[in-house]
Amino acid sequence: MSDLETLSIDINGFATRVWRKGSGPRLGFLAGFGGLPRCVPFVDELAKSRTVIVPSLPGFPGGDRGHTVLDTHLDWILTVREILAKSELIGADLVGSSVGGSLAAEIAAIWPDAVRRLALIAPFGLFEESDPPTDPWAQRADAVPGLMCADPAIWTALKTAPDGANSIEWPIEQTRASEAAARIFWPLGNTKLEKRLPLITAPTLLIWGEQDRIMPRSYADRFAKAIKGRTEIKAIADAGHLAELDQPQAVADAILGWTA
Amino acid sequence: MKLMWFHLMPYTELPDDFRDTNPSVWVDIHSSLFDPKRAHLMYNDFMDELEYAAQCGFDAICVNEHHSNGYGLMPSPNLIAASLARRTTDTAICVMGNSLALYNPPTRVAEEFAMIDCISGGRLIAGFPVGTPMDTCYAYGQNPSQLRQRYLEAHDLVVRAWKEQDTFAFNGRFNQQRYVNIWPRPIQRPHPPIWVPGGGSVETWRWCAEMDYVYCYLSYYGYKAGRATMDGFWNEMSRLGKERNPYQAGFLQFVGVGESRQHAFNLYAEAAEYFYGRCLHVDARWATPPGYTSEGSQRAGIESQIKQAVDADVRGKSTGERFASVAREMDAIVDKGYVIVGSPDEVIEQLREVAETLNVGHLMLLLQFGNMSKQLAKYNTKLFAEQVMPKMQDLFSEWNDRWWPQPMATAQRAAVPAFMPSLAAE
Repeated sequence: MSDLETLSIDINGFATRVWRKGSGPRLGFLAGFGGLPRCVPFVDELAKSRTVIVPSLPGFPGGDRGHTVLDTHLDWILTVREILAKSELIGADLVGSSVGGSLAAEIAAIWPDAVRRLALIAPFGLFEESDPPTDPWAQRADAVPGLMCADPAIWTALKTAPDGANSIEWPIEQTRASEAAARIFWPLGNTKLEKRLPLITAPTLLIWGEQDRIMPRSYADRFAKAIKGRTEIKAIADAGHLAELDQPQAVADAILGWTA
Repeated sequence: MKLMWFHLMPYTELPDDFRDTNPSVWVDIHSSLFDPKRAHLMYNDFMDELEYAAQCGFDAICVNEHHSNGYGLMPSPNLIAASLARRTTDTAICVMGNSLALYNPPTRVAEEFAMIDCISGGRLIAGFPVGTPMDTCYAYGQNPSQLRQRYLEAHDLVVRAWKEQDTFAFNGRFNQQRYVNIWPRPIQRPHPPIWVPGGGSVETWRWCAEMDYVYCYLSYYGYKAGRATMDGFWNEMSRLGKERNPYQAGFLQFVGVGESRQHAFNLYAEAAEYFYGRCLHVDARWATPPGYTSEGSQRAGIESQIKQAVDADVRGKSTGERFASVAREMDAIVDKGYVIVGSPDEVIEQLREVAETLNVGHLMLLLQFGNMSKQLAKYNTKLFAEQVMPKMQDLFSEWNDRWWPQPMATAQRAAVPAFMPSLAAE
């Protein structure tokens, strides 16, 4: 397995980080709420048998302030398409988690040839009034780790500044990640994705942490019902909303099996 | 200097155990706490108090905008201002103000302010706040990541709607209108004075300096905490080579006047503790929508905390965050300078110091606060007007207030019905 490579691509004038690791057929990963301020074991797990490519989304860690020029949902979708193209991910298998999952689903719906097989981990994009997702932006700071992960310490470790990090810029970058998600999904997380789910023909694996405290489990069924391609739902024990952080190996195994 | 009488219109009957039994005074405050028939009396009391302040000779009466808020019953300050325009004659009417990004299209603000300016004969001060996180992002669902850009664009649209003579198309990033042509048009030309309440962000200081607008700090934490914010504004003004005209600034201050310091302390303790205890009880969930505080202000805030600067509780903090660390007992409320209490002479001494230290020519005074009764509010107002105001007005007389309304000549103005105070809830 190769070391983690960090590349940079230009997206709307913003230097955007792309991680690349492993060998074998390419597999893309669009990270979830909060993004990836540092690499996580989930990427290592996937890289054991695939070339994993992890581009940052605008405004998320590694994505600079790219969100500030994206005003409409169309702006976002076209930009994600460009990110995938410049990351050499068009036509590859694609994994998206949480907010990244919603954008991965958009790409698969609008450009069916762009995605071979799709895996969505508790994606955003729908809102059912009788069973609403938790509002991730109206939380006391100390509640957020326990909403994102089954083990709050995992989120806290991901978001704590490493030694030597800029103690002023680091927290600003973490807030920016939350802002970028808000820019797409405020206030309800409802991007009317349900209208486009029937356009998804790629076989789609829906992964849900059994302890997801953001996105109710019932949303897996909504996605499965609306997506045109074959779907399967995989529940992950001892995992929260960002299941890939809580259970990197179990989630990676499910994805590697689905995309084999 | 100018002495302005400000009303927040707090709901005055939140229960004693409000803090213990309710998560927040704002956003999700429960409807069962609101009694419309009691509110009928409150609104009429509050409007009586505003009219009384005008009668007592205050330079302006001020109202503001809040949503889903137990201490601010004015989702539409323009409704109150319209009524005040008919019940007062010479007092400036300060709407502080309309949160521009919440109006769709924003030309609604240009229209309504023009109406108030016409009805009042040119007495309007047009306040343009961004609005708090609770009002804008949560109660009104605005996207925090776009709020400031939408605000700035709405400002451009409103000002242009006031100034342009001909119908024009507005091709904005967020607002597009093919035919902008507001009727009525404001009396004051090119438009009513624009005042901007800010929360201490560098960007707002600079913007007010560049646009030649009045910068107001509407703090509930008094002059001690306000010092750093106003210094920041004046430093930015100096940096840009602008003069330190105190009339380009406004500052909000709670005041309670009595016969002596102890008398005033006793008189106003209940109302102050009601305000700081119940009215500022805001759930921290509503404090920090991401993107609301600019990255420049976040940076300043973090740096200020690292340095443990005196303003660390204020800089880079949103309104809701500031509420968390507020003092709620009268001793601390007075010690920290949230509320200035004293005999008329003691109040004069403190207020002159506030005005001079902060270099503020417009003092916006909260003489009704919390659950203060109309009777006590009128006592406070009258005592202030008779004994404090005359000894304040000479301040800054060497400066010209270029930001004050320019009404029509009295002889040209319509006669309004005689003011007849009624006893609403007494």
